[in-house]
Amino acid sequence: MDPTTLSLLITIAKIVVLVGALMTAAAYFVLVERWIAAWVQDRKGPNRVGLPLTKFRMFGLGQPLADGLKFIFKEEYVPKNVDRWLYTLAPVVLLAAALAAFAVIPFGDTIPVDAGAAGDGETSTGSGFIKLLVAPHVDVGMLYVFALSSMAVYGVILGGWSSNNKYGYLGALRSSAQMIAYELPLGLGILGVVLMTGSLRLDLIVSHQADVGVWNAFAQPLGFVVFVVAAFAEAARLPFDLPECEQELIGGYHTEYSGMRLILFLIGEFMHMITASLLIVLLFLGGWHFWGLTGGEFTGWVDAILKIVILIVKTVAVILFFMLVRWSWPRFRFDQLMSLAWKVMLPLGMLNLAVVAVLNEPAFQQYLGGGSTFVFVTINILVAAVAWIVTALLQPLAADNRPRSVEKTW
Amino acid sequence: MKADDPNIKWIEEPKLGLAGKMYLPLFAQGLTTTARHLVSKKVTVSFPEERPQIGNPLIYRGVHRLNKDEKDRVKCVACFLCATACPAHCIDIIATESPWEDREKYPEHFAIDELRCIYCGMCEEACPVDAIELTSFCDLTGRSREEMVFDKEKLLSVFDQTKDSEPMRSASMSGVDQPRGRDGGSH
Repeated sequence: MDPTTLSLLITIAKIVVLVGALMTAAAYFVLVERWIAAWVQDRKGPNRVGLPLTKFRMFGLGQPLADGLKFIFKEEYVPKNVDRWLYTLAPVVLLAAALAAFAVIPFGDTIPVDAGAAGDGETSTGSGFIKLLVAPHVDVGMLYVFALSSMAVYGVILGGWSSNNKYGYLGALRSSAQMIAYELPLGLGILGVVLMTGSLRLDLIVSHQADVGVWNAFAQPLGFVVFVVAAFAEAARLPFDLPECEQELIGGYHTEYSGMRLILFLIGEFMHMITASLLIVLLFLGGWHFWGLTGGEFTGWVDAILKIVILIVKTVAVILFFMLVRWSWPRFRFDQLMSLAWKVMLPLGMLNLAVVAVLNEPAFQQYLGGGSTFVFVTINILVAAVAWIVTALLQPLAADNRPRSVEKTW
Repeated sequence: MKADDPNIKWIEEPKLGLAGKMYLPLFAQGLTTTARHLVSKKVTVSFPEERPQIGNPLIYRGVHRLNKDEKDRVKCVACFLCATACPAHCIDIIATESPWEDREKYPEHFAIDELRCIYCGMCEEACPVDAIELTSFCDLTGRSREEMVFDKEKLLSVFDQTKDSEPMRSASMSGVDQPRGRDGGSH
């Protein structure tokens, strides 16, 4: 078999495994979400559905299957005045964009097929290295993820617009405004990391953190906070779920959707959350690195598997955090949401970028000499603390919308 | 109502402290609260396996029963006060002449439509001889509407099932002496 065919087959196999795993993961995260929602409210949550047609309950682990079946068998109602073509296209766009982003996300370090033998390292065809990555060597990896996460907004806007519904359209409008506003802090958060690493490739960003031994979350706390907040907004999770708030917009852009089309939207949203969590872990929480357990270099198969496990554990922990925050924080008002993006997150992100840029200046690095990492971290933490307190005292989110001046003008 | 309506009273909102302005301390506080609830004791009752705890069965308003006196006869004297008091008109009584010395009438037929009943307890209040009482049975099921119309035998059998767990408020027919219930004696 010639190398091209082999490479193609391997890539297809990777895609099949990845999509299958992600779909299953999304289904089970719905269950976890419901469990957490129940536990936080002192309830027990879904614990009845187990193996089909038997009495085994298995703590409700059969629930995703039942949920999926329910969605499949529901009537797929299409309202009369929708733009049918775009109406059908919208969920597909959303889910396709959400899934395609995973192509450049590494799920583990590069593994040499036989450790010690020199592979060429430049192919993924099994001639020397196994890469746990669908599309290796995409040097614009980070930009690609960025572009696709913005593409997903098209799905939301198309869905809201084509369904010819006020609530749907309001949700879509809110979504587009929110995405545009939070794309900037998200980018600024990433830019700091990229500046420090010197690469847009996610696997290189992780191995840089592993080499230095300090995760970017500690090296750039300000960038971390800005990125996490922006990631919450991008994934449209509470407290930033204004595009689809159930109380105000009865579901927002997917108000008019039902059956399989609705589940495509819902899975797409969960995919967003999984992508956001993976990015937080890869960019800021050291990816598959953990002190004392896994380093930057390949030491054996145990090490390779441990790295995958560590990455998954970290990602699941971040997702659980996402879910807990949902029940801890009330939703922002829309003007507060916008103020937070433009008046707080954007300046803080710029500040972080400026500090990282100055500290990464070769002349400065030379001046510091050996202890540069320690100084770097200290300065960044100090800057973060000062900036946070100054922002807090300025109170940019406080909005007074009382008609005090009305008497004077009348 | 417009925003400058004189009837609106505007109240100064409380000033935020430094922790409130910093946002993160309060966020951590909220997260701790949810995390505490995450592991705290759950209030859910897994119904068919577990039974809900009814605080005081004597004042709970569940399925009705027709009480029996010490001679194992139905206490009811077919006075129709319960049927008159019933706001849902779910009590159906056919009275006939009593075979016993101590009363004139007794119910030949006594039926309560449990589906129509609103469990208000007015029948229990109205009864002069404490013959009809509401028990703490709350999970009532049936396969048809007809089955849910409880006749005299069924209502008497409810008494047989519950007489030990929920004693009658008054043992004798007159309903004034020997109050025995947990809330007995208060009136």
